[in-house]
Amino acid sequence: MDTFIQTFFNIDIMMQAFPLLMKGAVMTLKLCAVVILCGLTGGLMLALAALSPRRFLRWSAIGFIDLFRALPPLVLLVFVYSGLPFAGIRLAPFWAVVIAFFLNNSAYFAEVFRAGINAVPKGQTEAARATGLSGPQTLIHVVLPQAIRNVLPDLLSNTVEVVKLTSLASVVSLSELLYNANMARSVTYNSSPLVLAAGMYLVLLWPLVRVVSRYQRGLSSSH
Amino acid sequence: MRFLETFFNGQVILNYLPDLVHAMGVTLGLAAATIVTGILCGAALACLRVAGLKVVNFFIIVFADIMRALPPLVLIMILFFGMSSLGLNLSGWTVIYIVLSLVLAAFSEEIFWGGLTSIPAGQWEAGRATGLSRAQTLFHITFPQAARRGIPPLVNRVLATTKLTALGSVIGVKEILSVSSSAQSFSGSATPLTMAAIAYLIIFIPAVILSHWIERRYHFAT
Repeated sequence: MDTFIQTFFNIDIMMQAFPLLMKGAVMTLKLCAVVILCGLTGGLMLALAALSPRRFLRWSAIGFIDLFRALPPLVLLVFVYSGLPFAGIRLAPFWAVVIAFFLNNSAYFAEVFRAGINAVPKGQTEAARATGLSGPQTLIHVVLPQAIRNVLPDLLSNTVEVVKLTSLASVVSLSELLYNANMARSVTYNSSPLVLAAGMYLVLLWPLVRVVSRYQRGLSSSH
Repeated sequence: MRFLETFFNGQVILNYLPDLVHAMGVTLGLAAATIVTGILCGAALACLRVAGLKVVNFFIIVFADIMRALPPLVLIMILFFGMSSLGLNLSGWTVIYIVLSLVLAAFSEEIFWGGLTSIPAGQWEAGRATGLSRAQTLFHITFPQAARRGIPPLVNRVLATTKLTALGSVIGVKEILSVSSSAQSFSGSATPLTMAAIAYLIIFIPAVILSHWIERRYHFAT
């Protein structure tokens, strides 16, 4: 029992590692901000393209979405980070992560937006157009607000997934939370920094997971 | 042309194809084991939660929350490095299998439980009124309906979890990504990475198409 505590919950080592982990957490948050923003924007564009009446645009968007939903994010990341230099494109770890996750996340967010837009009754668009709103106006003022409200829990749970995903950046040695924790582990020969990192992820994500749970339960009981 | 040489080099493909096919077997085996264990454990936990024991339910909820909130890679590293310093050497395969199964169990518990709470109380009452016990009502009447409602989100979650088998490359499991990464550094060519991407597409494109089909089908069924 004592060795167990010494291995996983060594307070002294945790205190020592804390500043390094906080630095990592800041990088994680920075990464999240960029990646989530890119994913949401890209996802919305893709969803609109996938619902477009133009056949070419629609099929290429659906192809893009399915392609990047089928590839594991880590594979994308390794491809962008260590594959592209062979083609003469060398990216800093941060941007490799942003690009790889943009491809992955925008595909996932697109699916969510698409479901939300599909759930808005056609009559809404028709009514808006009949009152003289243009196509884009209808989209911005009538369809999207309802669509987003429809899928808010899914957007939120997808966002949680994105935050969790940023831990993969440690594989390409971007010094975010998990990378720094693992570095502290290899220096101290002790797993407590990893447990501390887990605690930090929990502080960040547990409330969100709770909200998602409550939201989904509330929806299912109201039906 | 140089692009083809770099990303689709025929000689490199021939050299590493056997290794990669073997690695696909490892990925598929790991995925299958994870899916079976994760879904069965999740279903069992959701059914256990129906019993309404306060202490038990508290632990189920905490377990499900933690497993859904933590990045799997953190759990993998804690288990892989922590256990070995306790003198318990778990293989990379075992670590990935345990962590992904736990994660899938947590998500599928929530999905099944969400399904169970959405079943109208009348179903329970009718089952009990015809003389079935509580357990019989659960297994024959309410759980099958809950599972049916949970199929679309469950399929998506299974896809997301099995794609995480690629994390095995971080702790040396000989699955698709790690085999192709080391082939890439041996051969000095990006071709093995292209092969890895194609290998994943062969496995997951049918799965993604299947998930679209299931979503459409069950969307209208419920």
